[in-house]
Formats: sequence, C-alpha cells, structure tokens
Amino acid sequence: MTDISDAFVTALQLLISFDRDLVQIVGLSLQVSLSAVGLAVLIGLPLGAALALFKFPGRDALIVTLNALMGLPPVVVGLVVYLMLSRAGPLGVFGLLFTPTAMIIAQAILVTPIIAALTRQVVADLWVEYSEQMRSLGAGPLKAIPALLFDARFTLVTAVLAGFGRASAEVGAVMIVGGNIDHVTRVMTTTIALEVSKGDLALALGLGIILISLSLAINAATHAVKLRAEAAWV
Amino acid sequence: MGVSTAQARPHANTAPAPSAAILPLALSAVSYEAGGQRLISDISFTLKAGPRTVIMGPNGAGKSLLLRLCHGLLTPTAGTVRWQGPAAHPARHQAMVFQRPVLMRRTVAANIAYALKLRSVPRARRARIIENALSRTGLARFADKPARLLSGGEQQKLALARAWATRPEVLFLDEPTASLDPAATHAVESIIQTMHDEGTHIIMVTHDIGQAKRLADEVLFLHKGHLMEHTAADTFFSAPESGEAAAFLKGELRW
Repeated sequence: MTDISDAFVTALQLLISFDRDLVQIVGLSLQVSLSAVGLAVLIGLPLGAALALFKFPGRDALIVTLNALMGLPPVVVGLVVYLMLSRAGPLGVFGLLFTPTAMIIAQAILVTPIIAALTRQVVADLWVEYSEQMRSLGAGPLKAIPALLFDARFTLVTAVLAGFGRASAEVGAVMIVGGNIDHVTRVMTTTIALEVSKGDLALALGLGIILISLSLAINAATHAVKLRAEAAWV
Repeated sequence: MGVSTAQARPHANTAPAPSAAILPLALSAVSYEAGGQRLISDISFTLKAGPRTVIMGPNGAGKSLLLRLCHGLLTPTAGTVRWQGPAAHPARHQAMVFQRPVLMRRTVAANIAYALKLRSVPRARRARIIENALSRTGLARFADKPARLLSGGEQQKLALARAWATRPEVLFLDEPTASLDPAATHAVESIIQTMHDEGTHIIMVTHDIGQAKRLADEVLFLHKGHLMEHTAADTFFSAPESGEAAAFLKGELRW
C-alpha cells in the first residue's frame, strides 16, 4: 500500500514540478508511438482495404497470417529489427540502431497488422452495403478504396486507437532496438522497466500512472470527438 | 438558383450528354443460376429507345435479378446481354436507383459530386450540375446536410438526383418507392416522369400495379424466372395473354 500511495505522490510531484527529464521521456514516447502509428496507418489502411476488396490466390492465407500477426511478440520483433539494423545486418549501413527511428520502425511493424486486419474487416462490411451502388456508378474496387476508407473513418478511428495502445504500451521491442539510452532513446515503458530493476518502485509506478493517464486522455478525447461526429453523420 | 429557370432549360446544367446511344438493349437466351438453382431461364427480348419499360411479376419471379443482369451488376451464366448502340462504354451511360437508397456518409451535395467525379465531369462544372439536380428534386436546401439524416423519401429523391446528374441514357429503377408513403411516392414518380420526358429511357421493376399503370408504356411480365409476356402496357392491363399475368393482375397468382 505504501508503494502505491508513494507512487501517486511521486507521479503528482513529477507532474507538478514539470520535471525536465520526465517531459523529455513523455515527449519521446509520444513522438515514437505516434510516428509508428502514422507509418502503420499509411501502410495498414490501404493494405487492409485491398485485402477486403480484391480476390487473389493465397488471399485467405494472407488474412489468417495478418490476423495472427496482431499478436506478434514485441521482443521477437525487436530482435529481428535489431538483426536487420545492426552493423552486420542488411540495413546496418544506415546506422539506425539505438535511435528513435529504429524504435519507430519496430513499433510500426507491431502496429501495422492490427490496423490492417481491423481495416480489412471494417471495409469488407462496408463493401457489402456499397458494392452494387458503387459498381453502378462506375467504381470498381480500386477506385472505391479511398471512398470506402473515408466513409469508414469513424469506425477506423477505433483501429488506429488499438494500434496506438499497442505501440505506447510495448516495452520489449523499443528496449532491444533503442537500448534505453538516457536522453536519447529512453521512453516511459523502458524507464519503468529500468526503475523496477533498480528497485525504485514508486518512481516506476508513478510513471505507469502517467502512461495510463495519457492513454486514457487520448482515448477519451478521441471517443468524444467520434461520438459527436457519428451523431452528426450517422 | 430557381426551379423555374432550371425547368426552362432542362439540360443546361447537367453532365455532358452521351455522345452516342447505347440502346437498343438485346438479351439473347439469358439464364442465371445460383446455388444450384436456375433463377432466370432462357430470356430473350429487345428494348428500344422511347417507351418506359416496367418489369412486373410476383415475389421471387426474378425481376430484380433481371434488372441487375441488364445493368451489368451480374453476369449471366448463359446467353448474352448486348447494348447495340455505338457507344464504346455502355456502362457510363447507365444509372441505377435501388429500393433502399445507398447513400455515402457525406453531405447531400458530396454524394452527387462523387458520382460526377467517377464520370470524369470536370471539377469546375460539378457545382452547377449539383445545384441544378438538387433544385429540380426539391433538395436544394439540404445541400450541406449529411445525406443519411434525410427522410426515406428525401433519400430516394437524392438517389434519383445523383442518377439524374450523371445524365444517363438508361435509368434502372428497382422498386424505388417500395418503402415510401404516398406523397413521397408521388414525388419520386414525378421525377421519373420528368427524366423520361427529357430523354432518359426508364426500365423499372415494380409489383405495384397502380404504379405500373401510371408509368409503363410496355411491360415485361416474369414468373418463376421465365418471361411470360412482353407487351404494350395497355394490352397487358386490359387483355393479358398468359394465365399467370391474368391471375397476377387479379391478385390470385401464387408464388
């Protein structure tokens, strides 16, 4: 109980004092996770929509694989990205290992299957409703993709939020490819892991509370906007 | 923007008129099977420009299927559907309005804009075409309203306005008033009549005998996937050739 009450006090102190290290850690966490989600959106939305609308050999296998990839273990992704970016790896020449860019790449790999798989389902459902009308208007599947993604925008927000949740909460991948270097690649989750290993449970819990609060605030704000928009657009 | 101005120059602000005709439409021995069942059997007919065609028949006769086969939304499992006019892309000269209007999650005006974009109407011309189509269907005041917030009748009028804006040579209608009240039905029928008067060939499915009498010039009567009659409307309603059609008109046909 002491740890928990200490944690709240610590979290409050960190927030009130506007601790510079904390601001940097939170800022980098948001930068990495939001960038990864942005990258995953650029890949996952069209990929999911294409899987929903086009029929081709191996499509079902690809859908099953994509669904399975939603549960990718972060440490495995971290390890693979590490091997790719390490000096001896095929992408080692870019010198990205232990940089925020490497963390973004790893998180994008984790998030893309989530956004693509959920998008596939949403677009497939919408296509059932729109298919005849759109084909009548002259839009085949390829032309229909942008319109379907636009019309599914409110539902797809949930997919993007799920992706953000995955990115902001994971620790294994960013720990391996980022290295948890102070002031360079240290984010909230890796800091929590570090503080636990050092025995500073109050600080770790305090950071955890901030992380959860941030996630809650982003989700609440998005949900409120989504509700208002859905009410206006049906 | 005014209705009277638009009505005085009916084609002034619509999309470019088709440069070539697609009619006549010829179906030759068309059949359609699904799930091991033959739903359309060996249907042949030719529709020429001019008369309004109404497809009638009891539930399950294959009316909507036949409409989709004609429009190209379904491919026949046997036989051919051929547009005999010189146009290279017949699909671009057709439009279809469904029983339940499918409207996109955007404004009333944007729904029409999307159809015009797909028909490659230049962006600069779209606003006037949209304004005209909405004005003539009585929807001008709803231009910026989300389409799905319109009433059922207004939604169907928007579906017609969208079709109208693309200036189709042939308009397919699949029971467009089936779920509308009498006032909305009247409004929709007026729009259909105006489109016909302006040269659009109407091909409509209905099992509302009163509506068919008001709108049909010729009738295709289907029963259990077979074409039983293709006759002038007057003849069909006064002296149907087949026993099935006679029974249907009396409300005695079992399906």
